[in-house]
Amino acid sequence: MSEPPRPYDPHPGARPYPSPPPARISAQAEPMTGAASLIRSLEAAGVDTVFGIPGGAILPAYDPLMDSAKIRHVLVRHEQGAGHAAEGYALATGKVGVCMATSGPGATNLVTAIADAHMDSIPMVAVTGQVPSAAIGTDAFQEADIRGITMPITKHNYLVTDPAEIPRAIAEAFHIAGTGRPGPVLVDVSKDALQATTTFSWPTNLDLPGYRPTTRPHAKQVREAARLIVESRRPVLYVGGGVLKARATAELAALAQLTGLPVVTTLTARGAFPDSHPQHLGMPGMHGTVAAVTALQKSDLIVALGARFDDRVTGKLSSFAPDATVVHADIDPAEISKNRVADVPIVGDCREVIADLVAAVEAEQAAGRRGDYEGWWVQLSDWRTRFPLGYAEPEDGTLAPQYVIERIGKIAGPDALYVAGVGQHQMWAAQFISYEKPGTWLNSGGLGTMGFAVPAAMGAQVGRPDATVWAIDGDGCFQMTNQELATCAIEGIPIKVAVINNESLGMVRQWQTLFYNGRYSNTDLHKRIPDFAMLAEAYGCVGLRCDEAADVDATIEKAMAIDDRPVVVDFGVHRDAMVWPMVPAGTSNDEIQIARGMAPDFGDREE
Amino acid sequence: MSKHTLSVLVENKPGVLARIASLFSRRGFNIDSLAVGPTEYPAVSRMTVVVDVEDQPLEQVTKQLNKLVNVIKIVELDPSQSVQRELLLLKVKADLETRSHILETVQLFRAKVVDVAHDAVTVEATGSPDKLDALLRVLEPFGIRELVQSGVVAVGRGSRSITDRTLRPLDRTA
Repeated sequence: MSEPPRPYDPHPGARPYPSPPPARISAQAEPMTGAASLIRSLEAAGVDTVFGIPGGAILPAYDPLMDSAKIRHVLVRHEQGAGHAAEGYALATGKVGVCMATSGPGATNLVTAIADAHMDSIPMVAVTGQVPSAAIGTDAFQEADIRGITMPITKHNYLVTDPAEIPRAIAEAFHIAGTGRPGPVLVDVSKDALQATTTFSWPTNLDLPGYRPTTRPHAKQVREAARLIVESRRPVLYVGGGVLKARATAELAALAQLTGLPVVTTLTARGAFPDSHPQHLGMPGMHGTVAAVTALQKSDLIVALGARFDDRVTGKLSSFAPDATVVHADIDPAEISKNRVADVPIVGDCREVIADLVAAVEAEQAAGRRGDYEGWWVQLSDWRTRFPLGYAEPEDGTLAPQYVIERIGKIAGPDALYVAGVGQHQMWAAQFISYEKPGTWLNSGGLGTMGFAVPAAMGAQVGRPDATVWAIDGDGCFQMTNQELATCAIEGIPIKVAVINNESLGMVRQWQTLFYNGRYSNTDLHKRIPDFAMLAEAYGCVGLRCDEAADVDATIEKAMAIDDRPVVVDFGVHRDAMVWPMVPAGTSNDEIQIARGMAPDFGDREE
Repeated sequence: MSKHTLSVLVENKPGVLARIASLFSRRGFNIDSLAVGPTEYPAVSRMTVVVDVEDQPLEQVTKQLNKLVNVIKIVELDPSQSVQRELLLLKVKADLETRSHILETVQLFRAKVVDVAHDAVTVEATGSPDKLDALLRVLEPFGIRELVQSGVVAVGRGSRSITDRTLRPLDRTA
């Protein structure tokens, strides 16, 4: 690396996702085209990067965009790439990510990324061109009702046909995307609105009578939660992605320190609490650690912070944590008691909730009430020691995928960003890399979007040019969006991609092994078609290949030494490696298996 | 299942009805009836939605509705504490023999005849869903040619208003 990595605080500033600063831009009306007004509005909203591709309907906006000194436009190769890049940028920086596309197919190609951002509460604004307003509804060329299409997968969306409305729509979009529970907002602007002459004036106040997120938690509920914490015997802090979104990791560390409670971090919360911390039990859920899954399952108190009791965490809901009282804190009231009824609901921003909880627990302790979790920790430590994460080396001498991922994590270290696709490689990356800092683990959680890694890594690298960004990808995922390697090569975005190549759709194959008698229907992706190293070279990247355990470190070091171009390493790994532990879908978390057909023996079996 | 009447104040903006309807369908909630109209504030529309759900999903319905940016306020109206009405227009077969019977029934239900043809009368009736059901049952034997019914609209009893406190600050934009 040419520069030593700077200490990184991915969440600077006191307030999450500040709304656009109105004072900086004059409210004086200035005449210009709607297109120029759009670009001015994006600048006023603080945008420095837009990922997009032009096309007919959005074309007017690309003309003033060319002159913008504040906005860098990254020309992607497919709109889905623009969407995931905006997500990666948002996850890595905490700012609102922006993507832009034209009408019709341009807009519909964004849909997967918008749905992904919606599921994982990623702040994103998508700007799309629309056919001229007179043509709307006529099945015009490249017309698609993108506002209608994205209604269920956006936090809010707009169709703007009046050029005077552009600044307000953009200001509201950024405010809505970045505040409360973050999410994607789409602004569809008709071509005639972009072409018409209008006046630009940045709104000084936003008028959203139906949008008032509750950030301050109810003091009585927080006191009740604190009381439950000190009274409980088997409590767990169940930490979700909301803690990262609220930039509440310092508060979380203080709460854990003060209470001595065990912590589990969900797939979207990896990095919210250091993996090396002795109170961290790891990830809960379908492929979580035995300690984390079982701690939740046997707990008498779950304190859920910015988590949503997703089915991949709870397993069969009716049998999830049967003895637990539930404290559920979330900024979205609709998450509370949606899946699991909360005994103590707390609506509020996680940062404020946790800070208040710390104060309330301190008050309990000052009054002489302290939790006694000694017996609980004996049990937890026992589970953790007896059932650690691990993997078996393949007997045929081929490369263990877990080993490759583990080594990348060790060599690139805790300051690097790791971006995964979806599948086995994603689970191994969540399990075998040690996450110590917030904003260092990026993946597609809720929607499970294969193809997320390469474009999201690209977006993350643009947002964090100083950081080492590793995309940990599968060979199936990689072929869904790897066209963005061209973007990376041309725009000077030196991401590193590790293709964990098992020549198959690995996770699906694993399910076929376990649940379909090894009938591998349509999961074979074949060996070396295409040759990923050659493909990388064709895209202007460095292509490397590694099939031997002995070469893994040297190959990773070689990739780490290249910082002027993207690097793709094709790691040929064992085909039959499986992700363990596993709670089979639809079953109880009590059914966790540590290997095929092997349940952990907790010593409490009834014969 | 039990029926709940929700009064939903929404911003009068394009697409609001679609947002609400699509939310109900994608979350798997059943709409029994839906009525939309203006309020005393031009910037605000009022929807009356009758949903058929248990209490627990009802809480989800209102929370999910509240997440829509254009939804300003939701109030559940208790049937005993509110006036709930729907409008029924009914074309009934009527010849010389049955017409007087029909007119008698119409009067009994304090409904009215709004159109007469040589072989049919059109009846307009307003009332609670129960009352209109009863009227329908009585008129059915004469032969229903056409039936059209509005969704329920409802307002709370007493002097308090659900729009008052919420919407006064909006006056300036209205």
